[in-house]
Amino acid sequence: MASLRLKGISKRFGDVVALSQVDLYVEEGEFCVLLGPSGCGKSTLLQIVAGLTPQDEGSVLVDGQPVDQLTPRDRDVAMVFQSYALYPHMTVAQNLGFGLRMRGMTKNTIKKRVSEMASLLGIQDLLNRRPKELSGGQRQRVAMGRALVRRPKLFLLDEPLSNLDARLRVNVRLELKKLHEQIQGTILYVTHDQVEAMTLGDKVVVMKEGRGCQIDPPETIYERPADTFVATFIGSPAMNLFKGKLAQSKGHLIFFNKNFSLNVVNVPSHLEGADVEMGIRPEDIRVDHGREKTLGAKVEMISYVGAEKYIHARIGTTSLTLRAAREAFFQAGEMISLVIDPSKLHIFQKGKRVG
Amino acid sequence: MTRKDQSFFLTLLVPVILVLLLFIAAPIGQSIFLSFHRIIIGLPQLKTPFVGLDNYQQLLTDPVARHSFWITIIFVATTTFFELLIGLFLALMIHHHFPGRGALRACVLIPWAIPTVVAAQMWRFLLNDAYGMVNYAVFGSETSHYIPWLAQPATALVAIIIADIWKTSSFAALLILAGLQVIPEEIYQAAKVDGAVVWRRFWHITWPLIRPALLVALLFRTIDAFRVFDIAFVMTQGGPADATNVLQLYGYKKMFVEGWMGYGSTLSVCIFIMVLGLAIIYVRMVGRRLLEASV
Amino acid sequence: MRIFLKKLGFFLCITLAAIFSLAPFLLFVSSAFKTQTQVTAIPPQWLPAGSLEFFHSAIARHGILQYLMNSTIVAGTATLVTISLGTLTGYALARLPRRLAQMILMGILACAMFPQIAIAGPIWRFLRFMGWLNTYQGLILPYAALTLPLAVWILSLFFREMPEELESAARVDGCTRLGALMRVILPLSAPGVFTAAILSFIYAWNEFFLALLIMTDPLKQTMPVGIALFQGEHTIPWGEIAAASFITTAPLVLMVLLFQRRIVTGLSAGAIKG
Repeated sequence: MASLRLKGISKRFGDVVALSQVDLYVEEGEFCVLLGPSGCGKSTLLQIVAGLTPQDEGSVLVDGQPVDQLTPRDRDVAMVFQSYALYPHMTVAQNLGFGLRMRGMTKNTIKKRVSEMASLLGIQDLLNRRPKELSGGQRQRVAMGRALVRRPKLFLLDEPLSNLDARLRVNVRLELKKLHEQIQGTILYVTHDQVEAMTLGDKVVVMKEGRGCQIDPPETIYERPADTFVATFIGSPAMNLFKGKLAQSKGHLIFFNKNFSLNVVNVPSHLEGADVEMGIRPEDIRVDHGREKTLGAKVEMISYVGAEKYIHARIGTTSLTLRAAREAFFQAGEMISLVIDPSKLHIFQKGKRVG
Repeated sequence: MTRKDQSFFLTLLVPVILVLLLFIAAPIGQSIFLSFHRIIIGLPQLKTPFVGLDNYQQLLTDPVARHSFWITIIFVATTTFFELLIGLFLALMIHHHFPGRGALRACVLIPWAIPTVVAAQMWRFLLNDAYGMVNYAVFGSETSHYIPWLAQPATALVAIIIADIWKTSSFAALLILAGLQVIPEEIYQAAKVDGAVVWRRFWHITWPLIRPALLVALLFRTIDAFRVFDIAFVMTQGGPADATNVLQLYGYKKMFVEGWMGYGSTLSVCIFIMVLGLAIIYVRMVGRRLLEASV
Repeated sequence: MRIFLKKLGFFLCITLAAIFSLAPFLLFVSSAFKTQTQVTAIPPQWLPAGSLEFFHSAIARHGILQYLMNSTIVAGTATLVTISLGTLTGYALARLPRRLAQMILMGILACAMFPQIAIAGPIWRFLRFMGWLNTYQGLILPYAALTLPLAVWILSLFFREMPEELESAARVDGCTRLGALMRVILPLSAPGVFTAAILSFIYAWNEFFLALLIMTDPLKQTMPVGIALFQGEHTIPWGEIAAASFITTAPLVLMVLLFQRRIVTGLSAGAIKG
């Protein structure tokens, strides 16, 4: 297993900037997730690390050594493609053993490793079948097996779960996590699904339009998003975001807009008077009748999602969403009182976090 | 689909079916019919008696026919082999993305697009024994050494083979290109990551996956090669000494130059049966292979 | 270093391929612009003098323009007939149940596989009987029959790609099946029809065997026949042949340059799905 460092990677396709000065360090054995909407450049980054596409600027270092001049073959990385890219004319066993064959291992070694891997992944009965005879889940395992069997320095996975149906996805995700704990490989994983990113990653890189917006462990990304993009991208339902201003009142800072005002904490006082955006996650808003210092809101719509309810309410002209327990009872048009803990507020100025 | 719908669609097919029946199916049937008669064009007073299998017997003992058959076989085998080889080479190149790819593709298409007779005249010119550029390329300015390509039996056959290879390799290339384009790019990427170098990628991935397209190309080319006519007519007229007297040319001469329509029909029927047989064999083979290698 | 060698090797291969394809053709056709002495000179004079004498002679003494007109009329009309019939057929085959359509298509394609000589005799007799030898229709109709299989195949593939929802939407809006065909499908079929037309035209323009047979009157002969039968008084009139070849291939080369993508797609699409 090896460490991976990316320094200033940039890539352009004609006029389109795919990647812009991306820096990243992945420790040995770490599971690093590249998360972002489609078109943000995450797959391109993976291709550059693999050596399939050359970067325009910057350097890729594996275990501290630059590998930019090396072909994919010499970089000793393994890749799982979104469409699995299994060799359609070869059997599962041949697919698994192909990489080993290319590196000149003996037939016996190959056979041994392939059957070990097949047992590990539960596909030992499928060894003589062709890819088109397999189900999606089985193909996915073969693709994983092909990568694992080579015991490479790095694993690169490009949205490996996105072609699976929802239930299978959850199962395979758990297995992946277990697998990582077992083999302790260095993994670079690309996805647009935030649940995958949060559950699998030791470290998450949130990407947008070719740059990394935030690189942190999942909890940090969730609790302290670095900008409004990360804040609204992670978390479902999305964080509520309000535009407004900061001002001084009775000795401390408050946030206000034409519909309401709130105390804020942990914000540098020099920002008084600034235009900011305030974020609060739906689960951090509570309904509390009868206490003072509450905000009055009118219920507009209630979404019932089974395990809980989402309340869509309005304070004046501002809309917001909050979570409620599934037994809680609300009616459209009802006035409710909301309590917000100031320490759970996120303040952003010009998109970036300031408090 | 309702009954009414089906009949609507089937009605649309009628005109074409009619045309094809009239101009292809019926003539073939008639050829078979005529092959059992003795007919000489231009001498209508001799009538056209039914002679049963006489024509066929004559065919079996006709030395020119036999010679023609072998000449054609040699032609088919040689041209098909080289055209597929060169076609594969061209297809691999066109498939690659590089600046100027369109220009190369246009270059390669030109031999296909021009009339065969033009290509034939062209090669006749280039292989000329007094001022042909091919001779110049090989022998320089020493015109005394120049080979009279089209006047010697052995080289005449070679000449028409060369002309056909030049003309048709691009068509083979296009058919093979189709097969190449179906292979997903990701598979090559996976192979690169797995450690396969260029020639290994070709051998383990490209070659097995283009086999169906190769077979289709083989089928079309073989059948077309059996029907060669234009090149032989223009370049050598079948000579010298019947060295390039391919089957269709011989049939044409017998039927329309000498007027033996009955015997000529017999020849046609035999050629037809050979081509049909080939087609059936190939379709059997291709059918199976296509099922095996489908992605 | 390694990358450079690879690129160099590839570049050499491309050059080789281009030379292989173009050189013979250019060497021949350039003779059309040479002077008589230049044509047969050894060592060869690569660059033509830019003389048009062969064109003049070909037109004046060999009736090239007549051939050109005949070819245009015959190939053009045959193409029109083919795509008119072929479009409807291709569409029908794309919509019929797969099994049935495939069988019918196989039958149609089989018609393209037969050696011309097997149909030439009877067709010739038929045309003689109808008095259509040495007439335009005598060649146009057989050409239509010969180009139909390929055109139908290409068009059926094209229509198969067209979603049935379009017709369904038209029918829900009140069209009959025929109306949907006329108003919605046909206007949208331009790309496929165009490709089929190009390929049919090229085939008809280049056809030789039947043209040789059916058109024996020099006034009615097409270009391929004219070029094949070129006679000179003493020697082979290469210059004139080259000029005639230039004239006959110019439209084709133009078509290739403009439409190569279409042509390649049309021909190769047939190959894989066949």
